[in-house]
Amino acid sequence: MENKTDLTQDNINIEIDLFLEAIFQKYGYDFRNYGKAHIKRRLLHRMQLSKAQSISEMQYKVLYEEAFFNLILKDFSINVTEMFRDPSFYKNVREEIIPILKTYPFIKIWHAGCSSGEEVYSMAILLMEEGLYDRTQIYATDFNHQILRKAKEGIYPISKIKEFTANYQKSGGTKSFSDYYMAKYESVIFNNELKKNIIFADHNLVTDKAFAEVHMIVCRNVLIYFNKDLQNQVLKLFTASLLPGGYLCLGTKETIRFSEANIYYHTIIDNEKIFKKKLQLESTGS
Amino acid sequence: MSMQYKAIVIGSSAGGLNALRTLLTMLDADFKIPIIIVQHTSPSSDNYITTYLNDLCKLKVKEADEKEKIMSGYIYFAPPNFHLLVEEKFFLSLSIEERVNFARPSIDVLFETAAFTYKEKLIGIVLTGANHDGAMGLRKIKEFGGLTIVQDPKTAEVNSMPLSAIKATKVDHILSLEDIGELLISINRNFL
Repeated sequence: MENKTDLTQDNINIEIDLFLEAIFQKYGYDFRNYGKAHIKRRLLHRMQLSKAQSISEMQYKVLYEEAFFNLILKDFSINVTEMFRDPSFYKNVREEIIPILKTYPFIKIWHAGCSSGEEVYSMAILLMEEGLYDRTQIYATDFNHQILRKAKEGIYPISKIKEFTANYQKSGGTKSFSDYYMAKYESVIFNNELKKNIIFADHNLVTDKAFAEVHMIVCRNVLIYFNKDLQNQVLKLFTASLLPGGYLCLGTKETIRFSEANIYYHTIIDNEKIFKKKLQLESTGS
Repeated sequence: MSMQYKAIVIGSSAGGLNALRTLLTMLDADFKIPIIIVQHTSPSSDNYITTYLNDLCKLKVKEADEKEKIMSGYIYFAPPNFHLLVEEKFFLSLSIEERVNFARPSIDVLFETAAFTYKEKLIGIVLTGANHDGAMGLRKIKEFGGLTIVQDPKTAEVNSMPLSAIKATKVDHILSLEDIGELLISINRNFL
């Protein structure tokens, strides 16, 4: 009995590797260095839903049916987010980082892995209230074009507004949150004014290169899905994209401390995982 | 047959803090098997539980960091609002994916991924709670040949989680907290 389970498990692990390889070769999306536990959970769940007998059967499906590939893409991209998620992060950005960004004539911010856009609009609101928005260009990118379309629309279920509003207030918001959206039926749509300096674009952190030099990168709860090697690779991309003195903002449970990128940064606010790129590398030994 | 267990996973919900205190304070500093715990909490709660238990326990109690290696002598807790997963090669990872059984962290997510990694060398324990999270996960542990333990529903502050687990699987032991503690201590003794 035990041997059979072991054998099946070993096979499943091989099948998963082959499945990810197939997706990479066919579609160019590279999930081979994602955390395996996460990928396995999502695939076994999809296997159950699609009534497939094995991952190998799903591999056939994913190669021949693009619609099925889109489902897998959705399974692999985590789109759980909210406006002003972790209010204390936004409060710290407002109080500690914005005053410094204000000293630049023009700033560029990159939201990497922006998902459905809630955190991008949160930043836009914050910048507007601080009088900085008109001098800002925000790049909001994600690898999932379906979710990017949602982000561009800026339409969210009205049921979420209570939570969003509470977060906004805790983050140090200075206005009435309802000024920023219009309610229509079961949805709210955020003001076009918030969108005017945001460029939504398809960008894959794993396979695409740097595309701009920016003053701040916000990439929260994305790196947790990558293995160490991929984390290092993506952090390298971020370091290459940040201007000296630029800010890197990660999720509350993410850190650069144990990564190869660590030497390039000072920790500014440890709890909120806000790091600042050094102006230049200090000589070793200091 | 002496079994070398490599990890213990515990799931608890309503009433969990008291139950965990009773159980974990029974363990001495020589307890070798790492313990990984999901206790349901509110998404916005702070690290109160780990600070509190770390003061009381002889083992080191901490919130799991992402990609942290699982070590002997430690008790790891899932951070509030994150799922906790066990990866191949015995390290921990976090996820903010959708709630499972209305919970994040979810006990099932921890148990299932731990079962994949530790196979028969895992002990799964379901304690007090008001829902059915952990039942499917415990079944997975059993399927892989691990040891399954459930808090005796009669002794649980809230009995629905133990009852659901017992219903889903033919569990190995149904015990009071004190007896679970004694069992773990004796397993650890064989481990030495």
